Amino acid sequence: MNVRADPTRQLVRLRGRSYVAFVFSPVVPIVEWLAEIDATLARSPGYFVGKPIVLDLASVDLSSAAIAHLLGSLTERGIRVLGIEGVDEERLAANMPPLLTGGRACVITRSEPVQKVEPEAKPKPTSLLLDSPVRSGQSIVFMEGDVTVLGSVGSGAEIVAGGSIHIYGTLRGRAMAGVNGNSNARIYCQKIEAELLAIDGYYQTAEEIDVSLRNRPAQAWLQGDTMKITPLN
Amino acid sequence: MAKVLVVTSGKGGVGKTTSTAALGAALAQSGQNVAVVDFDVGLRNLDLVMGAERRVVFDLINVVQGVAKLPQALIRDKRLENLWLLPASQTRDKDALTDEGVGRVIAELRSRFDWILCDSPAGIERGATLAMRYADEAVIVTNPEVSSVRDSDRIIGMLDSKTVRAERGERVEKHILITRYDPARAARGEMLNIDDILEILATPLLGIIPESQDVLKASNVGTPVTLNNAESAPARAYTDASRRLMGEEVAMVVPAERKGFMDRLLGRRAA
Repeated sequence: MNVRADPTRQLVRLRGRSYVAFVFSPVVPIVEWLAEIDATLARSPGYFVGKPIVLDLASVDLSSAAIAHLLGSLTERGIRVLGIEGVDEERLAANMPPLLTGGRACVITRSEPVQKVEPEAKPKPTSLLLDSPVRSGQSIVFMEGDVTVLGSVGSGAEIVAGGSIHIYGTLRGRAMAGVNGNSNARIYCQKIEAELLAIDGYYQTAEEIDVSLRNRPAQAWLQGDTMKITPLN
Repeated sequence: MAKVLVVTSGKGGVGKTTSTAALGAALAQSGQNVAVVDFDVGLRNLDLVMGAERRVVFDLINVVQGVAKLPQALIRDKRLENLWLLPASQTRDKDALTDEGVGRVIAELRSRFDWILCDSPAGIERGATLAMRYADEAVIVTNPEVSSVRDSDRIIGMLDSKTVRAERGERVEKHILITRYDPARAARGEMLNIDDILEILATPLLGIIPESQDVLKASNVGTPVTLNNAESAPARAYTDASRRLMGEEVAMVVPAERKGFMDRLLGRRAA
């Protein structure tokens, strides 16, 4: 239980890091300039939250009191200023943000407001994946594309798809593919015991499906006006 | 933590009530506090199978509607003091049940018991959906025949979509209980075999109850089969199933045909 603390020297590590800061360049009259800021905030509140803001006072001639008032007005709007540029150091009080020099101009990519102005419509998914069995009485309708079922489709269940249907279990219910008029749609299943298969309106019932196909992996597709059902592999 | 277990099937006559009584009694025999609740309003049977039909004063509907308090309606079993029955009403129908009322009764039962077994009516209408509504677990009673299996599949789909747990994105733990399994007919290939049933339903097996005269005899004297003749084959199968419900590992026994001496003699001669 004898712990001896080694007098290790704690090193102060200085690292450089650069951020793109927004530069505010107020112009007279300040009141109108602030109104412009308010308009931006009204369009997208929180637009400046978490962004480093630098105040460039080169184009205005403000007294120390006026600078303090301007900083106060910005604070009221939830905008905190990181540093100030383009002003004599004497005019800055000790409690104000520090004077910055050596800033370089760069292009700000305004990704956020662009998204807000015209919200990009998310592309609708073109396939539907079901990872549990489809039970008797359930009806899965997906007009936008393919349906994939990882389990079985029970007797009395149905899958309706605009595209193809893939079943990695036993198909005991009904499968209707290409219901939007897509005659290239197909139905695949690991084991065929289907009650009904349909593609683009052409159908076969259990009675018509060849007995030799039963319980085997099979696919169904349209050849002209006739439905073909053939074993897979 | 109290568990609410619904005994359901979709199809009628497969043995839901018998199984509810037998599992309830078996759980109670192992020391659990058990309430069995009859949801078959209008066609109640559980009171008969439990032998409590002469002691029914208040029922589930009275409690749901606030006419009676839960302790007034609960009937204690004559044989096991930690087994209770909440009977259904015979004069009303299923429309008298409300979602909110059933929820309140189940919540109150949860505070008093370890297990609440809900005996579901057949069908997929109001009575059946309300019986499963608040369930944590489900026993799906299935006979080895296609119609029963397909109805069970339908019920499993409803358990996965219409229960409170499903709506909260949780799972209702489901078990298949195969009843009226006849080894002789299974051997002749006249029934769906167990592997096929489990493959179709894709749900774990809780137990296989053999078809037996003992079940009928027990019902006729108003005693759960697990209490009537604990050594009979169905009673042993139900007791094993109840132990699996409590999380024990019990080896699954597939009922086999018991051949008489003459059968064996003849079988050998024919071979």
